[in-house]
Amino acid sequence: MKFLRDALDKTKSHFEKGKKFEKFYYIFESIDTLMFTPKETTHAKGVQIRDAVDMKRMMMTVIIAMIPCLLFGIWNVGQQHFIALGQQAEFLDIILIGAMKVVPIIAVSYIVGLGIEFTFSVFRQHPINEGFLVTGMLIPLVLPATIPLWQVALATAFAVIIGKEAFGGTGMNILNVALTARAFLYFAYPSQISGEVWTFIGDNAQAVAGFSGATPLALGADAVANGTNMMTSMSSFGEGWYDNIYSFSNMFFGFMPGSIGETSTLMCLIGAFILIATGVGSWKIIFSVFAGAYGMGLILNGFGANPFMDMPAHYHLVIGGLAFGAVFMASDPVTAAQTETGKWIYGFGIGMLTVVIRVLNPAYPEGIMLAILFFNVFAPLIDFYVVKANKKRRLQRATV
Amino acid sequence: MSKTIKLRKGFDINLIGKADNKIAEVSQPETFALKPEDYKGLQRPKLLINEGDTVKAGTPIFHDKNNDQIMYCSPVSGKITGIKRGEKRVIQEIQILADKEISYEKFEKFSVSELKNQSREQLQSQMLKSGAWVNIIQRPYGVIANQDETPKSIFVSGFDSHPLAPDYGIIFKGQENYLQAGFNVLKKFTDGFVHFNLRGNAEIPSVFSQIKNVELNKVAGKHPAGNIGVQIHHIDPINKGDVVWTLNPWGVILIGKLFLEGKYDTSKIVALAGSEVSNPQYYKTYAGASIHPLIENNINSDNVRYISGNVLTGNKIESKGYMGYYDHLITVIPEGDKHEFLGWILPTIKKLSFHRAFGLLAKTSKEFNVTTNTNGEPRAFVQTGTFEKVTPMDIYPTHLLKAIIAEDFDDMEGLGIYEVIEEDLALCEFIDVSKHDIQSIVREGLDLIQYS
Repeated sequence: MKFLRDALDKTKSHFEKGKKFEKFYYIFESIDTLMFTPKETTHAKGVQIRDAVDMKRMMMTVIIAMIPCLLFGIWNVGQQHFIALGQQAEFLDIILIGAMKVVPIIAVSYIVGLGIEFTFSVFRQHPINEGFLVTGMLIPLVLPATIPLWQVALATAFAVIIGKEAFGGTGMNILNVALTARAFLYFAYPSQISGEVWTFIGDNAQAVAGFSGATPLALGADAVANGTNMMTSMSSFGEGWYDNIYSFSNMFFGFMPGSIGETSTLMCLIGAFILIATGVGSWKIIFSVFAGAYGMGLILNGFGANPFMDMPAHYHLVIGGLAFGAVFMASDPVTAAQTETGKWIYGFGIGMLTVVIRVLNPAYPEGIMLAILFFNVFAPLIDFYVVKANKKRRLQRATV
Repeated sequence: MSKTIKLRKGFDINLIGKADNKIAEVSQPETFALKPEDYKGLQRPKLLINEGDTVKAGTPIFHDKNNDQIMYCSPVSGKITGIKRGEKRVIQEIQILADKEISYEKFEKFSVSELKNQSREQLQSQMLKSGAWVNIIQRPYGVIANQDETPKSIFVSGFDSHPLAPDYGIIFKGQENYLQAGFNVLKKFTDGFVHFNLRGNAEIPSVFSQIKNVELNKVAGKHPAGNIGVQIHHIDPINKGDVVWTLNPWGVILIGKLFLEGKYDTSKIVALAGSEVSNPQYYKTYAGASIHPLIENNINSDNVRYISGNVLTGNKIESKGYMGYYDHLITVIPEGDKHEFLGWILPTIKKLSFHRAFGLLAKTSKEFNVTTNTNGEPRAFVQTGTFEKVTPMDIYPTHLLKAIIAEDFDDMEGLGIYEVIEEDLALCEFIDVSKHDIQSIVREGLDLIQYS
């Protein structure tokens, strides 16, 4: 690798202060540090050795945790496509269709996002942060495969500029960047991200007779509006073209329509396992989101005022994006509560609010996105009170 | 009321090259130095000697312009060979070429029973003028104690839990009488307790086993269990307005010797350790020693870093540099000024990490060879919850640091700035994913509070 190092060292001189390309120093640096770890050593004062971990490795761990969701998502996009057409297909064809839809979305998200990051690094003269590597993957995974690419670009740009850079970049943002992108699309272009948009059918193709792209959440909303029995309509859904599509196990494994990466609770749990085992994600948040949703589900079961409330609480954990949101969105350390006590409150709050939105406000079928954004805003407040309790303990000790 | 404290949080850093249990003499003569920057709280040193003067051990070299009571004295007898100045003529080092036989300034000498009847004032004036006073460090701020104050208690930590730390059972062996006399003297300075804290889950070194007239506490757990700040937090926490004094056992022994022998004797046993040392072992020398005679022909490779102190809180020094006044350890580790291809992601079992992020597969219980490489670039705070895991105190380090950066005085006070100094959060600096200079941020905060 010496020739590569030499080439980089040689090029580096052009980017240094006072040289022709000094403005682009941080772009060069980001490429340099991606290839080689820097040779910086610790200062004369302060710690003389540093931990082997760095931001790049941490962010990469999150991306690795998302890979099961991504791969399953690619397969599932293809699978749902052929189910909708009523055809049997080879594994390779399924993957091919899936990749055809998913890869461009990922590419657009990364190109637009990194383009903006690079631009900001030139104008603001700050190093390029690794945060977008994760965001750039999260955005595609929470969008339907049918989303127009220009919307992906627009949403990414909005999220990175307004959601992150306006606050000062990675580590400073208040709202989860990927969810900001999704919320932007949800409110700006609702027709492409709600309703029966989840299955890619194709321009000239005809869906099989009786096909409907409704998700369990839509069925729930329907149940609230029309008083149909939620569980009956779930179990009878898909009859003739995919029996038992909304059975509990099928939804747990994720063989159903939905956003690209979020359908499989199992894959999310594998991701959660990676995040927790590596210590990168907070198990407290992940666990408490699930617990909060389940608990709220049970409470609503107790009321049972409408058919959606009667749905068994554990169904809440596998329908919609709850699992994905809990594992990859809620646990984002920058926008979550930062104190350990706060993390419990934050997680429970998200889980409970998600179910409340789902069941009590059918205008917004998916609650997890709004619940997380809502608690992103409240996280500093939660921390404020946790920290205040600490200060109070200190003061009380003084007067004793 | 003696306490037993078990700490669950913390992190032990195990490095290759622990000092062997043997003590070597260093060939004299050698040079020594007094470095004003060793003394926290010292503002503007005013020199009392000139180049070429001969001094004895205990001859005042300088004092603070703001406080002419506390003398900073020569650790050895000999000749002043150089006064090294830096930018704006700041004094960096006062170098002394030591005599073969050390001669001492004569101070008043007491027997054990006479010592019991001395008043605080008499003891204090001898400690101030002999140079022994600088061993008393005051909390908050971690600065040299103000002689006009009376602390609510005095703390001495009986073990060092830092990486490669010297074994107190070895370096203080045989000093029981001086240690006891030192404690008896200190007792006169406070109405409260003199706390002496020993390692909870280990055998008590023989030098400490017979000590009386102190509160013996036991502290068990990983590093920073040996840090005095952590111990104070659990035994008798510092609140706003409180003053607590802290000493190293070496300082207590030095004070004991001052009164029993009537001399300012800075002799100490130091450890030379680290992966690059051929023969890691202990050496007998004096405070402020040049490390050159110790490391000569004793280092494995060329590109190394010499550290006075340990790898978490020590300072980088040159190969001909001098040890810090308070240090008992010289660490020699490889410099890490090398690029590594894809080093940020390749799985490894050779790198030490508190974290378990992807590819960091090493078991932290084994011994590591760690270089000075930063292993990453500075970033904004992102990861949360990790600082708390290595800070066994009821403190929120991230919030405290942010309060300091924002210069929010109320928050700093509320979040416990009075309870910490740099070393207490040194582990946070080590494990920080975002590579902040946490110890210097802490000092900034302490300076802000103390001087404004």
